[in-house]
Amino acid sequence: MIEMKDVSKTYPNGVVAANGINVKIAKGEFVYVVGPSGAGKSTFIKMMYREEKPSKGNIIVNGINLPSIRNSKVPLFRRNIGMVFQDFKLLEKYTVYENVAFAMEVIETDPADIKPRVMEVLDLVGLKHKARMKPTELSGGEQQRVAIARSIVNDPKVVIADEPTGNLDPETSWDIMNIFEEINRRGTTLVMATHNKDIVNNIKHRVIAIEGGRIVRDEQRGEYGYEN
Amino acid sequence: MKISTLGRHFRESFKNIARNGWMTFASISAVTVTLLLVGVFLVIMMNLNHIADNVQNDVEIKAFLDNAADDADRVSIEKDLKKISGVDTVVFSPRDKELDNLIDDLGDSGDVFKPFEQDNPLRDAYVIKTKSPEDVIKVAKKIEKIELVQSVNYGQGFVENLFSFVDIARNIGLVLIAGLLFTAMFLISNTIKITIVARSKEIEIMRLVGATNSFIRWPFFLEGLWLGVFGSIVPIALISIFYSQLYTWAMPQFTIKYLEMLPTGTFILQVSTVLLLLGAIIGMWGSLMSVRKFLKI
Repeated sequence: MIEMKDVSKTYPNGVVAANGINVKIAKGEFVYVVGPSGAGKSTFIKMMYREEKPSKGNIIVNGINLPSIRNSKVPLFRRNIGMVFQDFKLLEKYTVYENVAFAMEVIETDPADIKPRVMEVLDLVGLKHKARMKPTELSGGEQQRVAIARSIVNDPKVVIADEPTGNLDPETSWDIMNIFEEINRRGTTLVMATHNKDIVNNIKHRVIAIEGGRIVRDEQRGEYGYEN
Repeated sequence: MKISTLGRHFRESFKNIARNGWMTFASISAVTVTLLLVGVFLVIMMNLNHIADNVQNDVEIKAFLDNAADDADRVSIEKDLKKISGVDTVVFSPRDKELDNLIDDLGDSGDVFKPFEQDNPLRDAYVIKTKSPEDVIKVAKKIEKIELVQSVNYGQGFVENLFSFVDIARNIGLVLIAGLLFTAMFLISNTIKITIVARSKEIEIMRLVGATNSFIRWPFFLEGLWLGVFGSIVPIALISIFYSQLYTWAMPQFTIKYLEMLPTGTFILQVSTVLLLLGAIIGMWGSLMSVRKFLKI
């Protein structure tokens, strides 16, 4: 599903964010990516959705070798993965419904199929009744749920989440995790960068720990392993 | 692209206009103000041009014949005149008619020439009109060479000055309109650019969700088109109303033959079309240029 072979990334300012990374993530896995700030977690995640290109090595996601695809093809690749961010990245002037529907319009889904599917995923994240509201009228947790609904509306094989609970209070974070668990149970591969020790230690999954741009630990049902 | 997607882009472009309330207002205002300036200037220039054309088209050449010319000579001269390239009409004006014209033209003062009706000192003449006002001087020079043509009059000196004045006025007008258009494009595209800069985050998110460049570009492109079209409505309305009013009020006041405004109907339609197209083109162009910047990875 996701494979990195000898991946290194050095930024123009000389910072080495990835250094000889080799990793395989199988279909249906739930993987936490952990590590101290500045360890290279974000770069690791960003390379998976081709926001960053590695300086060396290959990254294969859904059978596509990312370093070799042209910039113009990047949007087409991204249609097959769902993405969730710490800052939600919602279109503020669009309603909840429009934000989710946008991901379907982009891939030119038949308009008749859009509404039922958007309502279905909004129901899954518990926001069907707030479909007409704007993101600014929602709480942080609700906004993140909209972002999750958007990330799964096209049934992607992979969902990549970069610190999805970073801006949320503990209780809301558990709600979000329940939704991710449900998505993973339905067969979607989930890769999640996080700083949340409680979540990693309580909802056990594979843990990949990154420090200094290298994978220093890769354990099934691992622990967070750092003090917050 | 699917028809339903195109429909979606149209809907989105209208929604965006509503979503970006104040930004939309700023862009439309910029289009309105600049197009109003361009429109007013265009109206003035076209009318000045029209007056200049009237004066130019009225310029005619008079070829006075030698008194020795008899009827046969006149027929031959008329043939020669018609052969000259650029000549449109040739009309014979006998000396008696020339005197009548002179007396009429001078009004009351013309009476002093009445005694000459018995012994007319004037000459027979041909009145020649050229196909294009620019040919007058060239044709006049050729006529001078025809035998038994005693003298040629086309308002020498005045005509040259008039033509060069009209040429200069036209060129200055063109330069001013071009300059104004450039300023308009600059101002409008900058306003649109500011509104789009404010929406760079929106574009970034669209890209993350998998929107291709053309998918992002279309609604912006259409939005620019609507901004331009909406922005041209007020200038078109104002210019149409004021021009019609001015025409109705001013035309009866003009007593000089050449001084007349362009008739309202087709002229207003032409100016409106120009402003509408200008607004649409500038709007689309400004919006495409601005979006382009954010579509590079």
